[in-house]
Amino acid sequence: MELILALAIGVLVGSGVWLMLRPRSYQVIVGLCLLAYGVNLFIFAMGRLYVGAAPIMPKGGFVDPTAYADPLPQALVLTAIVISFATTALFLVVMIVSRGMTGTDHVDGKERLS
Amino acid sequence: MSDFTSHLMILPIVIPILAGALMLFYDDRRRLTKLGIGLVAIFMLILISMELLSGVKGSSGPGSTVVGLYPLGNWPMPFGIVLVLDRLSAMMVMLTSLLALPSLIYAAAGWHGKGQHYHSMFQFLLAGVNGAFLTGDLFNLFVFFEVMLAASYGLMLHGSGPERIRAGLHYIAINLAASLLFLIGAALVYGTTGTLNMADIARAVPELPEAQRMLFHAAAAVLGVAYLAKAAAWPLCFWLPPTYGAASPPAAAIFAIMTKVGIYVILRLSLLVLGPEAGASAGFGAPVLIILGLATMTFGTFGILGTPDLGRKGGYLSIISSGTVLAAVGFAQAGGGAQMLGGALYYLIGSTAAISAFFLLAEPVSRGDEPPEEDLPEGSDAVAERWTAMTSLGAVEDTTDPYSERTVSWLAMGICFALIAAMLAGLPPLPGFIGKVAMLAGAVGDNIPASGRLPMILWIYVALLILSGLGALIALMRFGIRRFWAEDGRTPRILALEVVPVVILLAMIGLQTVRSESVMSYTRDTATALLSPSIYRNAVLAPVNSADALETEVAR
Repeated sequence: MELILALAIGVLVGSGVWLMLRPRSYQVIVGLCLLAYGVNLFIFAMGRLYVGAAPIMPKGGFVDPTAYADPLPQALVLTAIVISFATTALFLVVMIVSRGMTGTDHVDGKERLS
Repeated sequence: MSDFTSHLMILPIVIPILAGALMLFYDDRRRLTKLGIGLVAIFMLILISMELLSGVKGSSGPGSTVVGLYPLGNWPMPFGIVLVLDRLSAMMVMLTSLLALPSLIYAAAGWHGKGQHYHSMFQFLLAGVNGAFLTGDLFNLFVFFEVMLAASYGLMLHGSGPERIRAGLHYIAINLAASLLFLIGAALVYGTTGTLNMADIARAVPELPEAQRMLFHAAAAVLGVAYLAKAAAWPLCFWLPPTYGAASPPAAAIFAIMTKVGIYVILRLSLLVLGPEAGASAGFGAPVLIILGLATMTFGTFGILGTPDLGRKGGYLSIISSGTVLAAVGFAQAGGGAQMLGGALYYLIGSTAAISAFFLLAEPVSRGDEPPEEDLPEGSDAVAERWTAMTSLGAVEDTTDPYSERTVSWLAMGICFALIAAMLAGLPPLPGFIGKVAMLAGAVGDNIPASGRLPMILWIYVALLILSGLGALIALMRFGIRRFWAEDGRTPRILALEVVPVVILLAMIGLQTVRSESVMSYTRDTATALLSPSIYRNAVLAPVNSADALETEVAR
C-alpha cells in the first residue's frame, strides 16, 4: 500500500508541476488541481497508514490508541480540500475573464512568437 | 499570568468578519453606509489594539512581557486551537489597524465605486491578517492565510481592466502554489513532531530522534519557501512589483502589510522553533535567511533604479524593506543580538507605514504623466475619466462621484512626496534613519568577536543597508525633480480626500519620530522576548500540567 500511495502522490505532483509550468492558463489550472490532490493525499499519509481502523474512539473507559487511525490529518485534509476547491474556482473565474478580455488563453495575456 | 485580555483578544478577528458580513446585507449602491460601518469597525480595532498593546507590556516594570492566551473551545493546551498574544503580535495588529484607516478613507475618494463589495473584502482581509498575527497554531495559520489571500484576490482585481486581470492571474497562481507548499510543510511538521501547536512544536524539536530531524528540517525548509514567497524574498519576489503596481491604490496600500505577514511568520517560527533553545536544530536556516535577505535588498535597489513606473517603484520599496528585516531576522537567529532585531522591528513599523503612504501617493502624483494614448481625446480630465462608472463587467449603475470635491494644491503633494521619499531613503530625523542607525549600531556593536574583526557578511549587510537607502533616494529624487520641478505648468486635479490619508500616515510617522524612545524600547524588549522563546513556550504550555492531571484521572 505504501508503494502505491507514494507512486500516486509522486505522479500527481509530478504531472501537476509540469502542467503548472505550461503557458496555457487551462493547463495551469489543471496542474494546480492535480497538485492539490497530491498534497491532500500527502497530508493523509502523514497521519500514518491504517487499514480498517476507525478514527473515533468509543466513549468512556481506556482504549488502546494504536488500534485507531489518527483523526487529525483527516480533519486537515477536509479543510485543505474545501479551501483549495474554493480558490481554484476563483482562479477559474479570473482565467475566463482574462480569456474574454485579452482574446487569448496565454497566461501573459498575449501570444509569444516562437 | 493575568487574564487581562479575556475576550478582547479575539475581537480583532471577530469585528472585521462581523462588519464585513453586515455590509453584505446592504445594497452595493449604499456605499456611504458601508463606509460608515467600515470606519466604525476600524476605530474599534484601533482602540482594542491599543488596549492589547498596553496589556502585553505588563505592570511589573519595564521590559516585562505578558503573553495572553485564548484557547478556542477551551480544550486542554496542546490540543485544540489557541490564540496567542505577545509583544510582537500586539504590535503587528496595531500596525494593521492603523494602516487600514487611511486606506479606507482613500477608497472613499472614488475607488470603492469601481467594482463590487470593496468594503466587505477589505474587512475580510483585515480579519485574515489579524488572525495570522494572533494564532498559535500552524494549521490555523494556513486557514487565516487563505482568508487573507482570498480577500486579497478580490481587492487585487478591484477595478478590473486587462492589466489588473493579467497581474491578478499571476498573483493567484503563485499564491495557490505557495499555499500548497505551506500544506506540505505543515503536514510534514505534524508527521514528525505530532503536533501543530507552535509552542508544542518548539517543545518537541529538541527531543526529536535523529532520523526524524532530517525530515523536520525538510518540513521547515518547505514552509520557509512558502513564507518567503509571501514575504517577497529574492528569487521568489518577481510577482510583487507588477501586482502591487497594477492594484488599485487603496488596495495596494493595505497590501503593504501582507508582505509583512510573511516576515512575521518567518520571524516567529525561526526564533521560536529553530531559535537558540532548539537543541540540534538551533540556527537551522539562518544562513539562508541572511543571504536571501541581502540578495533581496540588492534586487530591490536595482529594481527601483530601473523602473520608471511609480507604482512599481513602490513594489521594489517593499521588497527592500522585506529584505532588510529578513536579513536582520537571520542574523538574530544566528545570535546577532537583540539590539539589531529591535532596530529592524522599529524600521519595519515605519517603513510599512511609509510604503502604504507611497502607494496612496503614487497614483495622484503620476496622474496625467502617463504616455499619451491615441484614443484619449485632447484635454480630457484624468480625474473625471477615472470616476466614470464602469459600463461592463457587472458595474453598478449609480454615481461614483467622490464625497468631497475639495481639491488641494500641487505643492502639498510635493511636500508629502518629499517627506515620504526622505523616510524611505532613511534620511534623518525620520524613523527610517533611526531604525537603520539602531540596526547598524547593533550589527557592529554586538557582534565583534574576540579577534576584534567584524565578520565579512556583516560588512556586506552594513553596506547594503546604506546603499539601498541611497538607491531609493536617487530613484525617488529623480522622479520628484522631473515631476514637481520640471513641470510644464499643467498640474492635475488632486482631491483633498486623496491627500488626507497620506497626511494621516505622515502624522503616524511623525509620532513615531517624536516618541522614538518609547517605540524603540518597546521593539527592543520585543526582540529580547523573541530571543528567549521559552517565555512564549512556557506561557502557552503552562496549563499542560493541569491537562496531564486530567488525563491520568481519566485513565484511572
